[in-house]
Amino acid sequence: MELDSTMLARILTGITLGFHIIFAALGVGIPLVISIAEFIGIRKKDKQYTLMARRWTRGYVVTVAVGVVTGTCIGLQLNLLWPSFMQLAGEVIALPLFLETFAFFFEAIFLGIYIYTWDRFKNPYIHWLISIPVVVGSTASAFFIMTVNAFMNTPQGFTMVDGVLRDIQPLGAMFNPATHSKVGHMVFSTYSTAAFTLAAIAAMSLIKGKKHSYHKKALHFTLTLAFIFSMGTALYGDIAGKFLAKYQPAKLAAAEWHFDTKGEAELILGGVLNKETQEVKYAIEIPYALSILATNKPSGEVIGLNDIPKSEWPPLFIHYLFDSMVAIGSYMILVPVLYFAIVKIRKRKPKKWILWATVAGSPLAFLAIELGWVFAEIGRQPWILVGYMKTSHAATTADNVGQMLILFLLLYAFLGIFCSGVLLKMFRDKPVEIELEKYGKEE
Amino acid sequence: MSLEILGITVLWFFLYGYLIVASIDFGAGFFAYYSRRTKTDHLVNNIIQRYLSPVWEVTNVFLVFFLVGLIGFFPSSAYYYGTALLVPGSIALVLLSLRGAFYAFAHYGARDSISYYGIYGITGLLLPATLSLVLVVSEGGFIVEEGNKVILLMGKLLSTPYTYAVIFLALVSVLFISATFLTFYANKANDKGATTLLHSYAMIWALPTILASLLVFWTIRGHNPDHFAKMVDNSWFFIASFLFFAVAAFLLYKRKGYGWAFVCVMLQFFFAFFGYGKAHLPFILYPYITVTEGINSPQMMKALLIGFIAGLCLLIPSLILLMRLFLFDAKYVQGKK
Repeated sequence: MELDSTMLARILTGITLGFHIIFAALGVGIPLVISIAEFIGIRKKDKQYTLMARRWTRGYVVTVAVGVVTGTCIGLQLNLLWPSFMQLAGEVIALPLFLETFAFFFEAIFLGIYIYTWDRFKNPYIHWLISIPVVVGSTASAFFIMTVNAFMNTPQGFTMVDGVLRDIQPLGAMFNPATHSKVGHMVFSTYSTAAFTLAAIAAMSLIKGKKHSYHKKALHFTLTLAFIFSMGTALYGDIAGKFLAKYQPAKLAAAEWHFDTKGEAELILGGVLNKETQEVKYAIEIPYALSILATNKPSGEVIGLNDIPKSEWPPLFIHYLFDSMVAIGSYMILVPVLYFAIVKIRKRKPKKWILWATVAGSPLAFLAIELGWVFAEIGRQPWILVGYMKTSHAATTADNVGQMLILFLLLYAFLGIFCSGVLLKMFRDKPVEIELEKYGKEE
Repeated sequence: MSLEILGITVLWFFLYGYLIVASIDFGAGFFAYYSRRTKTDHLVNNIIQRYLSPVWEVTNVFLVFFLVGLIGFFPSSAYYYGTALLVPGSIALVLLSLRGAFYAFAHYGARDSISYYGIYGITGLLLPATLSLVLVVSEGGFIVEEGNKVILLMGKLLSTPYTYAVIFLALVSVLFISATFLTFYANKANDKGATTLLHSYAMIWALPTILASLLVFWTIRGHNPDHFAKMVDNSWFFIASFLFFAVAAFLLYKRKGYGWAFVCVMLQFFFAFFGYGKAHLPFILYPYITVTEGINSPQMMKALLIGFIAGLCLLIPSLILLMRLFLFDAKYVQGKK
């Protein structure tokens, strides 16, 4: 690996996105969970749900702040680190980038209103209504930004004349073949990550021996949502697999170490690859599964890497990223199922091990998002705009990229440490019991 | 009006919007920190927080909006500015990130620490200085193109008097705009102590603002005579700007009509900013990029403008709602809600 400015720009972009996505995932997912909790609180006249919404909002604002600033960083770094790419494609992705900012604007305005109007309206539904634009805004910005990424994977909606993109069809570029599966998979995974993170907090409180019914209720509620959203993520993962088979066979074949084009293809889990002989050892093989994933038919033909020029092969280690992502995704469905099996069917109190499994679900969910992203992004190397522009032609020609990399590394380390410290302190100082009592008196 | 001119005009409006809201924000952050250092925070910090908390995120979006719009309408500006401004751009980003994050840590995280305020206040003053460098660079003379490399002449940038005139103007305007607004806000809250203190800040920064403007005129004449000549052709903008400044200063001096004083300050900067912008045309980056070398495809131009208008239809009512709830709601301003 040579540390030229292209490589350094890739590392810096990767680190910024990797850091941003933690806060972005919470930023998209948590408002939905908060909004549902507030609604249930009003419907059932149950103060505990309202308190959940209030407490989560307080923590949420801190994560939003970091999300906003790191989002600004990646937005500008796109121009600072990839000026040639922006000059070529800037015109086509201008519309979704623009609309994304609008959605963000909309969210920012109503989030400000939401936070500062808790006790302002007589009718509680009015305050709840304000959460809707926050949910719509955050999910819409995820949607628009994902269309940009989808465009980079399957560019369309223009013709290339003398190295310039002309005849641009703005909507054609936005709604490209990758859009549906990418948006769906991303949005559902942020929802389930957010639900799991809030579930982990509730589970941790129960582990620490807190007895208040608030925590049990919160765990029950968030794990229900986590199950629904994780199922949605899995469903869209399947759609994304079929998309890859059709439009980016190189990515799917590299992810599955699938070398020879054939039908009745098996899915490979784990294992060790011998690159020379293309043999896989120590792997679990599931017959027909890859054909089913790719084409919905056990006999379906799946294109192998040997039919693709070697210069366009993605790195083969993405197999492990893909497998780990899928494994964590399955875990995120299994944990809620086991929890409800214990609590609902066997009518038992949740055992310690299932609480710990829930706590582990949150960091694992973030890990899955990171792995999925790295897989999707590295899987389309060597292209930045698949079929049109190679990554090495897009990076800045400026010096000093290395120093900037160090500068931003320090910034993110600093923000990460401070943000965790502030969040921990915030909730340690205000236990649920005291807050509930306070609300009781206000009535 | 051609589509390009329409595009840059709309963008200029957004940049002007950012100039006003960000100035209030930057200045307020600095005053909050300064008043803590001088132990006068009990007087003003309530007022400042009451205003800033619901709106700080919105301020940030104005800037992103302008940048995204600029790249959208004029993609080649991404190439030149993007390559040349890697270092100053990254520094501005780091400052912006620290500032935003520490605002949230200090205010929502309930950690009342003076060092948090310090980071917030000082980055707030460094930012206008860094951001205004982009306007300096746009005057030309600081970027050279060698083969496929675009290079920013940092040494030249830091040894030109015009650079310092612009930075000086940015700093004093931030403090002046902010103090005028906060005086109005404090007065609305019936908070006498805060009004007096903030009023004194506004008075202190009034004169330097106008001196700095003159200094910018004087130095731009030496740096980019073409632009200066066009500014002279459009001199009525600057005369109007000065008149509004005079009215604002008079109202502040007489301690009445703080609301109108702030409106006059807004108009003062509106005319100066648009006069400067109009004279800058047709160049976006002198002499490399003009507005006519903008977007290639008319469909995208139309889509962007439709997007803009649709977005504004959504934004303007929301912003009005935000202002009615937090700016023009007497009970909220006075701390009763």
